[in-house]
Amino acid sequence: MNTADRSMTMEPAGMAWLRLTPLRLVWLVALLAVTAVWIAGKNVFPWAFTVPREMRLPAKTLVGDAMDWLVEEANFGLFTFVEFTRFVSRLVEIPYQFALSLLSTGFLQGQGSDAVQILPPVSWIAVIAVLSLLGFYAGGRRLALLVACCFGFIAAFGQWENAMVTLASILIAVPLGAAGGLLMGIAAWRWRAVDIALRPLLDLMQTVPVFAYLVPILFLFGFGPTAAIIATIIYAMPPMTRITVLALRGVPPEVTDLGNMVGCTRRQLIWRVMVPTSMQSLMVGVNQVIMLSLNMVIIASMIGAGGLGYEVLAALRRLDIGAGIEAGLAIVALAIALDRLSQALARRATAQHHVTQAPKSLLAAHPYTAAAVLLVIATGIIGLAVPAIQAFPESWQASTGNFWNEVVKWINVNYFDQLEALKNALLLNVMIPFKRFLLGLPWVGVVGLVALAGWSLGGWRLALLTGVLALLIAVTGQWAKAMVTVYLCGASVVLACLIGMPIGMVTAGHPRLWRLVEAVIDTLQTLPSFVYLMPAVMLFRVGDFTAMLAVVAYAISPVIRYTVLGLQRVPDNLIEAGKASGCTNWQLMTKVRLKLALPEIMLGINQTVMLALSMLVITALVGTRDLGQEVYIALTKADTGRGIVAGLAVAFIAIIADRLITAGSRRLRARLGLQEEAGA
Amino acid sequence: MSIKAMAKAAGLVSALALTTALTAGTAWAEPESKDPIKLTLHDWTGQLITTQIMGEVLKKAGYNIEYVQADYIAQFAGLKTGDLHVAMEIWETTGRDAMDEATATGNVENLGETGMQAIEEWWYPSYMKEKCPGLPNWEALKDEACAEAFSTAETAPNGRYLGGPVTWGGYDDERVEALELPFEVVHAGTDAALFAELESAYQRQAPIMLWVYAPHWAPAKYEGEWVEFPAYTKECYEDASWGSNPDAQYDCGKPRGPIWKVAWSGVKEKWPGAHKAIQAFNVGNDEMGSMITEVDLNGKKLEDVVADWISSNEGRWSGWIN
Repeated sequence: MNTADRSMTMEPAGMAWLRLTPLRLVWLVALLAVTAVWIAGKNVFPWAFTVPREMRLPAKTLVGDAMDWLVEEANFGLFTFVEFTRFVSRLVEIPYQFALSLLSTGFLQGQGSDAVQILPPVSWIAVIAVLSLLGFYAGGRRLALLVACCFGFIAAFGQWENAMVTLASILIAVPLGAAGGLLMGIAAWRWRAVDIALRPLLDLMQTVPVFAYLVPILFLFGFGPTAAIIATIIYAMPPMTRITVLALRGVPPEVTDLGNMVGCTRRQLIWRVMVPTSMQSLMVGVNQVIMLSLNMVIIASMIGAGGLGYEVLAALRRLDIGAGIEAGLAIVALAIALDRLSQALARRATAQHHVTQAPKSLLAAHPYTAAAVLLVIATGIIGLAVPAIQAFPESWQASTGNFWNEVVKWINVNYFDQLEALKNALLLNVMIPFKRFLLGLPWVGVVGLVALAGWSLGGWRLALLTGVLALLIAVTGQWAKAMVTVYLCGASVVLACLIGMPIGMVTAGHPRLWRLVEAVIDTLQTLPSFVYLMPAVMLFRVGDFTAMLAVVAYAISPVIRYTVLGLQRVPDNLIEAGKASGCTNWQLMTKVRLKLALPEIMLGINQTVMLALSMLVITALVGTRDLGQEVYIALTKADTGRGIVAGLAVAFIAIIADRLITAGSRRLRARLGLQEEAGA
Repeated sequence: MSIKAMAKAAGLVSALALTTALTAGTAWAEPESKDPIKLTLHDWTGQLITTQIMGEVLKKAGYNIEYVQADYIAQFAGLKTGDLHVAMEIWETTGRDAMDEATATGNVENLGETGMQAIEEWWYPSYMKEKCPGLPNWEALKDEACAEAFSTAETAPNGRYLGGPVTWGGYDDERVEALELPFEVVHAGTDAALFAELESAYQRQAPIMLWVYAPHWAPAKYEGEWVEFPAYTKECYEDASWGSNPDAQYDCGKPRGPIWKVAWSGVKEKWPGAHKAIQAFNVGNDEMGSMITEVDLNGKKLEDVVADWISSNEGRWSGWIN
């Protein structure tokens, strides 16, 4: 079909908008009804605006009591639940202590300040050299250089000690998260019941803010780095599980048939055939686990993980923006190095399957391992005599010192009034009216419309899901805060689209520019938001506007990414056809390319909504009054029930948004005659 | 063995016991347990200094010390179970509820005051006195011109008061109402945000009225004063008829309260000597203020500041551990 045909068929479609189909009639009636209730107001329908007392669920107390029971009474017969969780925590502690000793504290005898170091930690030179060697092995000279630069940066800016503490916990959290995710994924692939049970659980793990379950985790797993590691694993595992299921389903039937023909047992089929075949997709999951674990660094430091996250928090509490940025960038450097290393290793692992190895001597068979061991021992011994080899000398350290503080001060002194004017214009004319509008809507109407949207996009099942979740938010007494959440999140997503889509449109055709943009958005996503939150407060004061900026900075990445992806995937022949029928560039972009990329872009927006919601708890730190704040208050008051209920409300909003947008994207794709994406 | 030999052995043993007792007397009493005592560290400088002074002193007494990073409120979960042992700064003003809740369980013990007094009140930079000459008397804030000097586009014509995070409490919304001040209360989310706004306003010499607390580096870095409200009394918060507004509570300033030390209740049995030393710990506001300034504003290393204090105050801390 060429574009001329398309636009011909589009015209009547535009006219058809006016025709009244049954679905449109239902929508019209519903909207009129909601408007009527809204206009009639609180005095006529008080129950439509505030949830009547007898309808409210005492969820906070219920959850709180359940948690108390779990911590104090739950029993497996031989041991209590807490004894079990403490046991798990001790199991995790063993490898963590080993990693920490290796990288940071050295091997100690004794405890606390009495401890005596028997063996020093691996020297900084050796860590850099070994990781670069790994980079060279996996991806050649360029990767080796990149890894060396990243870790060199960390050492040069005096973040070595903290970075190694963080690295130690990442080194434990990532394999555990990846292995757990893999096992859960395999189970879900094998047994349908597990799959069905897991799906809502994974949604909750990904969308309930971590702050909400931090307190129970402390009760159950004890205080300190292991609790932080377990929180990290809970947060970072779901993508691995999802990707495992997808990857195993994607294994071509020929491969499994072959496995069955050669007489594999079920276990052999999974571990020897299917897992290796889908290794490349699985490594995408591992990569996600690494990135999400690094996102948790700040929160983990609040419950005793220490390391770079703690450094960021402490620096910003004394308003040392430079030190905060340095520690934040060290996290980014760590993320880049680990990300690239894991990707390169994955590529190598898939490429290497058919290499047959001739028997060689041990040394020749493992040249890299040998070199690494040699390096560690050599620098360890030299380090005993030359301290600069063991620990990065303080006199070599660089620092941006006061530079960043001066930059912010300069902007502040010279441009504050202009920034304030811009902020006030937006706040007073757009944001506050939008917030008032949402807060003024009757909850009954909103719940009804959400269910109706579910019905028209995905049938009665979706309607039931979205309607019930919205209703639960209302009857647990979270409505007003949920609406503020929707407002803040909605405003941020709109702004992110307004900024992100044009950027995506411009960069889609320019690979070099795209690489630059990609670096920027990757940095923004891994840089702890606390780093730019405080300068933003200095320039825009506390409040919704600052919160919105922080959310946009964090959540803009998927909009840009999927816009680029969507535009690049538009088939060339359609564009050629558009050119042939005399479209201008503008028409080509708006009528052909954007239209066809729309389903993809919608998925990007969906991701942005999810990221925005996950930022809410952080924005509570600059004084917003939404569910994020509710979760934060519950955390500071150690009120488990309140935190979990508010956290669940955030998750419900996320799930409603996700299901509706995904269903919308699927419908759109079907209407445009595009193929269903395997991964979508 | 003959009786003589036994007596001889006994004599030897007692002599040995005597010498060990003597040497122990010149050093300090032997610690009762060599298990590490876990002291919590939070994310503000004053607390780090307090904790490390206590830790270094306990080390001098031979105790095994471990510092653990923990969240200010979340740490109570650890203190209750004995995962953590000592928290050196629980502020009357911000931590009282959590502390009371924890001590009520019987698993956490209040070890008394640190000697520091938490001050929390409305604060403004000195240059604002030109626009609002009646300050620091609170009645000056009732003047419309004065309130407008503190206003922003969102709050005008009312003044803007930047309060602490909601979790700090403080009854500022109620105070504004009770004292009939033409001000609007805006809450910061964290104290970092609070002082970021102060820094920003101070750089521009712009109007600001906010919640500042001491001991902290801010009152040392920025020139300014606390507003003088009618002094806090218990009746003011509980009895509406008290004070200038006969129909409302909170028509007075904020309470100034001690900063407390708390510990897991097992500390008393496991390390009685350390328990005593922690109870005896005492440092004043000015002393702490100048140490915080050294670290946060003059860029000195925290360990050095603590070491300086230890070496120049031997007379004081040796009394704590004896």
